[in-house]
Amino acid sequence: MSADHSNNNVEWPLWEVFYQPGNGKPFEHAGSVHAPDAEMALQNARDTYARRNEGIAIWVVPSSQITASTPEDVGPFFDPANDKAYRHPQFYSTPRAVKKRT
Amino acid sequence: MNTQEKLKAFQQRIDNGEKIEPKDWMPERYRKQLIRMMSQHAHSEIVGMLPEGNWITRAPSLKRKMVLLAKVQDEAGHGLYLYSATETLGVKRQNLVEDYLYGKAKYSSIFNYPTLSYADICVIGWLVDGAAIVNQTMLAKSSYGPYARANIRICKEESFHKKQGYEMLAKMASGSPDQQKMAQDAVNRWWWPTLMMFGPPDTESPNSAELIKWRVKSKTNDELRQSFVDRSVMEAQAIGIEIPDPDLKYNEETGHWDFGEIPWDEFWRVIKGDGPMNRERLKARRKAYEEGAWVREAAMEYARKKKLKEDKAS
Repeated sequence: MSADHSNNNVEWPLWEVFYQPGNGKPFEHAGSVHAPDAEMALQNARDTYARRNEGIAIWVVPSSQITASTPEDVGPFFDPANDKAYRHPQFYSTPRAVKKRT
Repeated sequence: MNTQEKLKAFQQRIDNGEKIEPKDWMPERYRKQLIRMMSQHAHSEIVGMLPEGNWITRAPSLKRKMVLLAKVQDEAGHGLYLYSATETLGVKRQNLVEDYLYGKAKYSSIFNYPTLSYADICVIGWLVDGAAIVNQTMLAKSSYGPYARANIRICKEESFHKKQGYEMLAKMASGSPDQQKMAQDAVNRWWWPTLMMFGPPDTESPNSAELIKWRVKSKTNDELRQSFVDRSVMEAQAIGIEIPDPDLKYNEETGHWDFGEIPWDEFWRVIKGDGPMNRERLKARRKAYEEGAWVREAAMEYARKKKLKEDKAS
């Protein structure tokens, strides 16, 4: 009986699961599930990550379809943001009288 | 950077309290240790369904049956969170599962004990899940991001597990003389195996120092065990249950409860596969895996054909 396990190599594809924790909230990554298709992935995701109303909506995405930035490139990749202080409100001055009112 | 510099930078990140994420550079040994530890944790959650599942059809009331069903389903969920987190280290889930069904991977020794009465279900919730909480609260701060996040999720559910067991045991302990006897008998049988859940004493725990250096863990086996004993003594007293240890004594100096010698021979015997239920558990898991193979294949084939149809239609 235990000898034939080596033929048992059908592993369902991996799906990343995102859920919306509440109305108006942005989606968050929860983890992943294995499932044969999108429909089953949604059901498995619900059973695995939303047994207590943790989410009111779920997205599933084939893990192979996710493109991610790499830690090695983190410096140059995000660098353009570092020297643009003028993108922040603190860069600008406001008259004292106006400041008080806010 | 050469490997030595990379190692140093890695340790620096750990010491700063940063989390390590799947794509970050990590020492091969860190990855290996995590795969070992996390998959072992996952297997334990899955095997852990067996001793309790044993009583679902014989629950004393509909309410207790619903509670037990929900709890056992949570254990499956915990196993899945952990497999999902382990897969981020670049291993396939099926290989992990087969490693313990047919290979050498281990799971917690506690699940190799039988559940003889419904009082065992109470005590598993109180003691076994209570011990798991102590361990997992620490692991929720682990340096590996996906493992920490899986444990945070687990901890949120684990307190339900403990409280339902403790409440039920309290009821039994204040019930008829027969019920009281059942409750005490279950505690007597589970107490020592539960203390073994924290692993061998620090002097014989080869992995501890490394895991602590990398902040996968932040406390030693003995430290965790002690905090569990302190808490359990108080909880036992509150419901009139006796801890079966004649050497149990409050130590004014340390502020902790000193306890007797744990039967380590038994621990090593169970770990090596010779506990009361080792063979039975493995047999049940293999059966489920092998007899479910056709379902996994059929579902895959159904998905393939459905997609083919959809592609043709469009």
